[in-house]
Amino acid sequence: MKEIISNIALFFSLILLQVLVFNNMLLFGYINPMVYILFVILFPIRKERGLLLVSSFLLGLIIDFFLDSGGTNAAATLAIAYFRLPILKWLMRKSEIDFLVFKITKLPFTKMLSFIAIITLIHHFIIFSLEYFNFAEITTILSRTILTSIFTIILIIFSLLLINKNN
Amino acid sequence: MQQIIGFILKNKYFLLFFLLELVAITFVIKSHSYHHSKFVNSANAITGNVYTKLNNIKEYTKLKTFNQQLLDENARLKNLLANKDSDNLKPTIAQADSALYQQQFSYLPTKVINNQFNRNYNYLTINVGKSQGIRPDQGVANSKGILGITNTVSNNYATVLSILNNNSKINVKLKNSKHFGTLVWNGKNYNVLQLVDLPIQANISQGDTVITGGMSTIFPQGLPVGTIQDFKQEANAYSTVNIKLFNDMSAIGPAYVITNFDQEEIKEIETTQQQ
Repeated sequence: MKEIISNIALFFSLILLQVLVFNNMLLFGYINPMVYILFVILFPIRKERGLLLVSSFLLGLIIDFFLDSGGTNAAATLAIAYFRLPILKWLMRKSEIDFLVFKITKLPFTKMLSFIAIITLIHHFIIFSLEYFNFAEITTILSRTILTSIFTIILIIFSLLLINKNN
Repeated sequence: MQQIIGFILKNKYFLLFFLLELVAITFVIKSHSYHHSKFVNSANAITGNVYTKLNNIKEYTKLKTFNQQLLDENARLKNLLANKDSDNLKPTIAQADSALYQQQFSYLPTKVINNQFNRNYNYLTINVGKSQGIRPDQGVANSKGILGITNTVSNNYATVLSILNNNSKINVKLKNSKHFGTLVWNGKNYNVLQLVDLPIQANISQGDTVITGGMSTIFPQGLPVGTIQDFKQEANAYSTVNIKLFNDMSAIGPAYVITNFDQEEIKEIETTQQQ
């Protein structure tokens, strides 16, 4: 029960933070980190993935409503929600994960960092590819993906440290 | 039948993922077309309210700029009035019949509550909508130049297809030679736009002023746009003509929505002519 409430709170507070703060950062004039994918990273890992898929899709879609960006955020957030478990299994070199006790923040730092980096890079790459929708712009897409990812990863690591300290 | 159900149950997460992804991609493809009935837009009550609240705070940081903009505009209008023959301002004995006086354009004040300029397809959100008589395809401008064209309209808010959008094409002309061209954006610098389709006969030089052309029913003729920053000439055609905007697109607040009373009539004539 506590888990459900804290996840609902995380869902809405991340939307508000993204819309009110991170979408207005404009680092170097155009970079807005997308920290809301922290929801997908922190969502409890379970065998049942239906709720994660639907809530990630909704999260992305709500961000899309604010940004007038069609469905780019919904498509990207849904994709990382679906591929989260395979990526984690591949990183842990384990085929089975003990779902009940597993926590992202309990991972060794390098594993956690690479997990967050892979998720962020996939998400941002999908967003910018769908936004530009043009293969001729591939260099712009890649450079924006990498630049934005750097700031997103830094902010996600900081917020994870903050959350851990409070617990 | 059992096999089908078995297949669905076995792959239910993949199927759910696939279905939702299909929905998202449909929205993306719709958003890339110049279309008015987009489902995903920021002109609804919830996003509009959040942006209004956010804008109430953000506005303070730009108040100086906005005040200067309004002051400049007032000064310009006062100068126009002062230049008019003072006799023209006095009411003549024969009052002009209001039925004979044809007003073509009207301006409605509004505020840009959300401004985007860091993407390829940028939209603005303004705080007027259907209740104030706003429809899709109306021009939005401020005192320093044009900003965009209304796109989706809800009861109290509207989204504006910014001139910083790859779908935006606006008819403009040179102030001194009256040659027409089209204003587009290549997505690089948010204060520099491109002028295409300019005939080679037009003698352009750096610093020439560009104004709206009045060929469309959206913007009246003669609204300011910007000045020519640089241009390249290749094989008897202008390849790139860069226009530096008068506006700073990163700091826009007060604006006007322009209504063209003749829009429907002109469109009607155009469609009957095509048939």
